[in-house]
Amino acid sequence: MLAIKNASLAFGERTLWSNLNLEIKPQEFIAVIGANGSGKTTLLKAILGQEKLSAGTIELNGKSVKRGSTQIGYIPQHRTVDAATPLRARDMLRLGVEGHRFGLPFTSRAANKKVQHILGCVDAFDLADNRVGELSGGELQRLRVGQAVIDEPDLILADEPLSALDLAQQKVIAELIDQERREHNAAVVFVTHDVNPILSMVDRVLYLANGQFRIGTPDEVLRSEVLSELYGTPVDVVRNQGRILVVGTQDHDHHDHEDWH
Amino acid sequence: MKLFDFSGYAELIPLVQNSLIAGLLLGLIGGLIGVFVLTRDMAFAVHGISELSFAGAAFALLLGVNVVAGSIIGSLVAAAIIGYLGSKAKDRNSIVAVLMPAGLGLGILALALYEGRAANKFGLLTGQIVAVDDPQLFWLIAICSVILVSLLLIWRPLTFASLDADVAAARGVPTRTLSIIFMLLLGLAVAASVQIVGALLVLSLLVTPAAAALRVSKSPIVTPLLSVAFAVTSVIGGILLALGAGLPISPYVTTISFLIYVICRVLEKVKK
Repeated sequence: MLAIKNASLAFGERTLWSNLNLEIKPQEFIAVIGANGSGKTTLLKAILGQEKLSAGTIELNGKSVKRGSTQIGYIPQHRTVDAATPLRARDMLRLGVEGHRFGLPFTSRAANKKVQHILGCVDAFDLADNRVGELSGGELQRLRVGQAVIDEPDLILADEPLSALDLAQQKVIAELIDQERREHNAAVVFVTHDVNPILSMVDRVLYLANGQFRIGTPDEVLRSEVLSELYGTPVDVVRNQGRILVVGTQDHDHHDHEDWH
Repeated sequence: MKLFDFSGYAELIPLVQNSLIAGLLLGLIGGLIGVFVLTRDMAFAVHGISELSFAGAAFALLLGVNVVAGSIIGSLVAAAIIGYLGSKAKDRNSIVAVLMPAGLGLGILALALYEGRAANKFGLLTGQIVAVDDPQLFWLIAICSVILVSLLLIWRPLTFASLDADVAAARGVPTRTLSIIFMLLLGLAVAASVQIVGALLVLSLLVTPAAAALRVSKSPIVTPLLSVAFAVTSVIGGILLALGAGLPISPYVTTISFLIYVICRVLEKVKK
């Protein structure tokens, strides 16, 4: 479905990652983890064709990626919407179906049906006629998930979609993404600095650090010896009540220095 | 001195026929584009563009060439600079603040050197009375048609990009190109509006009606329609009221547009 072959990305002297090979199957859930500046978001941009690789190729359904694609649904980080936006929740979902189309802005009956269906999926019937600028962070993220999956994409890209949400909301959004990828048979590439909210859903982890990476199941990658080798310094991976904590990584910001990873 | 005078009104109407058509067109495009000006947070940019549009028009007047063309050139230059340098709102505001006095200053210089009719000078800043002649109207119709058609064709992707540029770009919307096209359309709309309400009062057509509509509607269809209705009411009402008194139309246009805004704010409060 998505094939990344021998991909390298460097800015000047700095190599974010090189010789990255990753073949993603339909419905697969990939978590991309790593420190700030390790090139997680840049990887998403490369998949979206917005960042040129220094070497290698990325193919989506057998074709080289171009700038954006209707086969992709994108869930961004939470940010507020300007209050002066004349859109209701249902209009936001509709943009996920036909927002990319040029031409006279008549909406189709088919689009309305999809909007109605997705409103149910993301539990947003009550919000349908609310102004998007007045939605809470969790509500907005629910709708962003809906907007990303409404056109039944083959690939869902999520860039830290849980940041700025409380734990309960994180759970809701993560489960929603999981449920939608199963229902629509879509693969997920999920960029996050904290793997715990999605640990039970993840098929494989791509861990980026120091210009290198490791790929494998969470159990294969999230281990002290693997990450120690990757970072080149002793790193402890502590497991406690189903959660994973990575301790001792040097290149993290102070706020997630001893955070759950 | 009379603010309102309707004696002999019937004979005056045919004289302003051109102005009324122009007003209708400007209301239409001003109301529509205003909605995007607000969602894209560009109200201040509109003001900056209008000052450069004024400078362009003033130089055209001085050189004895087509004033509308001068104002379009000024507008487009400003729109291109702001669009190119100010993709982030914060950068944009400072660029506009730098451009605005520069444009205004150049415009004042051109007017000071101009030795023709004083009413022409004043009109560029504060609007005209009834002076829309046939060639001018032709220009306006042409400009407004271009804006209207382009805006309708890019309406959906532009809405998407205005809501969330990253998500739209991921779906293949050419957000960068769209924002440049939007700036150019905005430049044209400003140049057209400067002809009627003057550079200083362009905001009353391109921002106030949309801001009023946003107070009372959250629908992506009703909001632009209301905005157009408010803008058309302001311009046409302004022209008709100014006619009797023989005063510039702009104070009437701006006052009507402001009153509509106040009423919409009150309605919003009452609804809540």
